[in-house]
Amino acid sequence: MTSISETEQLRYISQQAADARVNVEIETEGMTLNLGPQHPATHGTLRIIAKLDGEQVVAAEPVMGYMHRGYEKLAEVRTYPQVTTLINRIDWTGSFANETPFILAAEKLMEIEAPPRAQYIRTILHEMSRVANVMLGIGDMGVQVGATTPVFYAFRDREYVLNQIEAVTGGRFHPNFDRIGGLKDDLPAGWIQNTKNAMGKVEEFCDQIEDLMYGNEIFQARTRGIGIIPKDVGLAYGLSGVNIRASGVDWDVRRDALPRGLVYDQVDWKVWTHPDGDCYSRMWVRLQEVREGAKIVTQLLSQIPSGPIMAKVPRIIKVPAGEAFVETENPLGVMGYYVISKGDLNPYRVKIRSASFNNVSITPWLLKGVFVPDIISILGSLYFILGDIDR
Amino acid sequence: MSDETAVEETPIEDVAEVDEAREALVATMTEKLSDGIVETFVKPGDDVWIRVSRDAWVETANVLKSEMGFGFFNFLSAIDWKPSPFGRDMDSQVDLAMNPADETTDVGDAPLETGYAGGDTRFQLFARVNDVTTARAVTIKCDLPDDDLTAPTWIPVYPGANWHEREAAEMFGIEFTGHPNLRKLYLPGEFEGYPMRKDFALLARRIKPWPGIVDVEQMPGEDEDGDASEEGSGA
Repeated sequence: MTSISETEQLRYISQQAADARVNVEIETEGMTLNLGPQHPATHGTLRIIAKLDGEQVVAAEPVMGYMHRGYEKLAEVRTYPQVTTLINRIDWTGSFANETPFILAAEKLMEIEAPPRAQYIRTILHEMSRVANVMLGIGDMGVQVGATTPVFYAFRDREYVLNQIEAVTGGRFHPNFDRIGGLKDDLPAGWIQNTKNAMGKVEEFCDQIEDLMYGNEIFQARTRGIGIIPKDVGLAYGLSGVNIRASGVDWDVRRDALPRGLVYDQVDWKVWTHPDGDCYSRMWVRLQEVREGAKIVTQLLSQIPSGPIMAKVPRIIKVPAGEAFVETENPLGVMGYYVISKGDLNPYRVKIRSASFNNVSITPWLLKGVFVPDIISILGSLYFILGDIDR
Repeated sequence: MSDETAVEETPIEDVAEVDEAREALVATMTEKLSDGIVETFVKPGDDVWIRVSRDAWVETANVLKSEMGFGFFNFLSAIDWKPSPFGRDMDSQVDLAMNPADETTDVGDAPLETGYAGGDTRFQLFARVNDVTTARAVTIKCDLPDDDLTAPTWIPVYPGANWHEREAAEMFGIEFTGHPNLRKLYLPGEFEGYPMRKDFALLARRIKPWPGIVDVEQMPGEDEDGDASEEGSGA
């Protein structure tokens, strides 16, 4: 029998008693908070079941699928040109950008390349989609943290960009304009100057919103130091785009792995990163993305070469057998299509790698331990579109 | 105008026949995994595919992430290589499901045609990881035997695989051993069947004829492949 001194025994007992007291004091009845499916911070219908202990989140479980449309299956029974109509609807705020990687993947398999003029216009429209999309994201973040004005500014100024997209493609949100081998149409008269003016408005918007929102004390208090994503965790979860660049990863597909058919290498621009990885830095990098986007578009507009906008492609498009994965830097992050062809008129299998799916998959990890109001800041700063998750 | 035509018809310039960086990647992987690698395929200047055995599936992820620097998890999914028994694609215009008597082409027993890096089974897992510092990427494939559609989970290595595996599980019926939460991701809980399998009928296509079929009709001035003849190419 091991002897235990009286002091040790007493210490043990008092520790037990202290533990019990603490447990009695902290023990609160857990509560389950249902966020969504209709919350504005979810950009669609995402539901987050958060288990709370007081004001703190113990576990958060996103539930999606309210808008799952099965594009991967539908693409298997459509011809290649028809698929663009579907994939327009994945990220509906930057829809031209959704078409680009798929078209580039098909072109890669067919070993054709769009004429230079088409490549320039494609890059311009891709970048304008980003500008329009991210402007909305910035304005929307204002609403999430309690400032109503930024979203009105964003909607107002985004309209200049959407008008220009509409003028050339005919659609504000679903252009369906990209074709295998080129583009559907050439630019309308006067478009280049009007777009330059629109980009001027965008730059004005950036300056305005920087004063109005980013310098605001309340905005900073709601976003600084909240929802910090470390570099390696973000990468292992597959975060891309602004969300990973705000964690200090200097990686941009536009610069580092530019797929054939886009001309980002022809202009002078910069990839912005931020070392902090919190909500504020994500929104800050987004603002710089809009500025760079306007800069890229303005530069490209004065460089557009003349020439045809469509390469010679057969009217009935049969894509040779093979596999291709093309990813581009889309407004919400890296988006890619893995296309498997068996030489038919329709793809055999299309795997859609959408940015938001991976970006949001980090939320169970990220929301653990945060306070309830911060959930909104974090979701707003991750900036996802539900169509991009549910596909 | 002649210049422009020249630009238009120039084929994409050939990339190097041997892709040294990607060949080196394959060599390193072969060294590290030896028996685990079944087949590799390098498309010079484009991409690299590595097919591993199921036993080496997690080890591959480990090696890629911790030793090779592929820290970015891109995606994970599966492929069903069995041709659809429903002949409702644009090439075979006979719907075998609705005209069972007309079994001129029995695609069900056709030999499997698999893609790059080959494949021996109907279901194949495939995943892609990137190295963001050097902008390299690699696609990993893995065969799954028909009678045992299970694979070990990648979550301990790449936590981002969680939702991707849930999606592959509900869409293809693949079970990921060790997955903490293999519930349905998109589909309602009581949903039966695995929608992304090729033998899962797409109801919309069964009840309504293929709308794109009119496109197959030949237009005036076209040959059978749909290529415009010389006169018609102006448009």
